[in-house]
Formats: sequence, structure tokens, C-alpha cells
Amino acid sequence: MYLFIASEIMLFGSFFTAYFFVRIVNGIPWPTPPYHLPVFVATINTVILMTSSATMHWGTQAIKRGNVWGMRAGLLLTFLMGTAFLTSQIFEYMRAGFNTSNGAFPTIFFCLTGLHGCHVFVGLSILLFMTIRAFRGHFSAEHHHGVEIGGIYWHFVDVMWIVVFTTVYIL
Amino acid sequence: MRNPLRSEAEAYRFLGVVIVGAAVIIAGAYINTWLGVAVAVLAFAALGRWLVHEPVPGAADPARVVASGTPPGTYRVLVVAPPGTETVTVPDGAEVLVVVPALASTLEALTGAVDDRRGDAEATAAALEARLPGARVEVGADDPALAVEDALRVFGADEVLVAGDGGMVDAIRERVALPVSRL
Repeated sequence: MYLFIASEIMLFGSFFTAYFFVRIVNGIPWPTPPYHLPVFVATINTVILMTSSATMHWGTQAIKRGNVWGMRAGLLLTFLMGTAFLTSQIFEYMRAGFNTSNGAFPTIFFCLTGLHGCHVFVGLSILLFMTIRAFRGHFSAEHHHGVEIGGIYWHFVDVMWIVVFTTVYIL
Repeated sequence: MRNPLRSEAEAYRFLGVVIVGAAVIIAGAYINTWLGVAVAVLAFAALGRWLVHEPVPGAADPARVVASGTPPGTYRVLVVAPPGTETVTVPDGAEVLVVVPALASTLEALTGAVDDRRGDAEATAAALEARLPGARVEVGADDPALAVEDALRVFGADEVLVAGDGGMVDAIRERVALPVSRL
């Protein structure tokens, strides 16, 4: 687990290094005029993702108490909200009005949010399998390690989104 | 140091901490950029301190002591022989289980690169098995105390003999409620 955390810190750290280099060392305005970041949509997305963590936690706690349907509902809601987040992000990219050929700002923006989006995609894949297994009755109060591990990954993805959202969209 | 992703519940709690930290940093930066930087430095320092000093669940619990009973009329000896041990002397008439812990460095244990160390332990185990007819010889975990705990779960011993250094003897003695002596 420590190696996983360390590798993720290095991966995201390399992109954040590029971000800080572009924004602080080179002093490039963020976002570079005339472009604008869709902060409102990103904020809605953030709320969706944080809510999905709550439903993930609810699902995990439910199965720990032997509530199978609570777990199924929690996982399904989490999957749906994660899908909504990723879909919204794809539309955000399509309507951004800039692309990676428009300079350092868009490149870093797409790299950081895209890297996080890849993590969300992996998390959704894990969630899909978890949800299918949950509906097939593979988990119980005694055996729910798969839900626990998937939950940890999903919360980690949300932690990284808070960092990305704060630095890229807000600050 | 506490792992914030140790369990789902802890990861969820960590997410809450990160949200609060981000909100404080944003509030500071909204007032003044340098205030935001200062708040960020303080928030990261506080987070690091929290992770380092927050007690790890179960760490305060007393160490588990493993004891094991022996069937009547038998005397069983558990021998711990580190890799490289050429031979051991065991009491006559005793049932003997020799455990060769696959000792690994901290780096090897952390990275899981213990295949070579396990190979060394297997070579030692094969050599001891040839020299100790009637004795069972097995390869154990990379931690000698853990290897002894594992062995005692399937082999009720009256005594533990250690063919290692004093540190290894002390580490096993702390975890095992049986007579432990050095060979």
C-alpha cells in the first residue's frame, strides 16, 4: 500500500511540478486569456464526486452490518455518480474552447484533469465488477474484502480530485 | 506512521480531512495570496504531524503471546535455524520441527523481493533435513518471531531452541510463552 501511495504521489507530483513551474516560475496567467475555466461545472462535478464517496462509505458500512441491499444500493449509486462525473468531464473537454496546442496552460490543464479522469475510469471499472459481484451475492458481512479495497481506491481518487480541483480551478 | 488508506473507513475520514484542509487554504488564499501559501504550509505540516502521531489502531494493545500445548507422553522441540545454519543439536527422543526463517532486509521485505532469500532458506532447509533424520524441516516467514508463531499453530512444542543471535532469541521470547533458549 505504501508503494502504491508513493507511486501515485510521484505520478501526480510530476504533473503538479509542471503546473507550479508554468504558473509560478514562468508567471503564466491561469487561465491564460482569453480562455476561461468552467468553474461552476467543475464545482457541480466535485459535489457529485464527494457524494459518491458518501454512498461508497454507506455501501461498505451496510455490508459490514450484513445489509446486502444497502451495499448494492450504495455501490450502484456510486457507480452512477462516477459515470456522471466522467461524462460531464468529457463534455467539459469538448466545450472548453482550447486544446493542447494552445500553450502551456491548456496542456497542464488537460494533463492534470485527464490523469485524474484515468483514475476515475479505473475506479469505475473496479466499481462495475464490485456491483456485478454484489448483485450476484458474492459479498457478506464476513466476506467483503473486495468492497473494502474498491472503497479505499474510490476515496483515494476523490482525495486527488480535491487537490486537482483546488489548484487548477479555484486558486 | 499511520497509513491514511489502511481501511475504507479511514480513507473516507482522510477525505474529510483533505476537504477541510482545502477549504481552509482556499479561504486563506481568497483573503491574500501569501496568507494562502502560509495556510497551505501549515495545513500540510499539520497533516504530516497528524499522520505521524495519530496512534495506529491496535498498536497500543499488548503484544500477543502464543503458547502451545503438547500431547501427553511426547516432548516436542521447535528449532529456529536461520539460513546458513549447517547443523543443530536436538534432544534425543524429542519430536523436532526445524523452521528456517527466510530472513530478508527491510527493503527486500517492503518490496516483496524475497525470492532469493527464500531460495537460501530452502537450501538450508534441504541440508538440515538430510542431516536430521526424523525431523521435519520447513521454511518460515521472513520475521523469525512470526515464523515461530506460524509453526506453533500446527506444532505444539514444549521448548523453542534458536540457532541465531541474541536479538533473535529476545524477539522470539517476547512473543512466545514457552522456554526459549539459544543453541
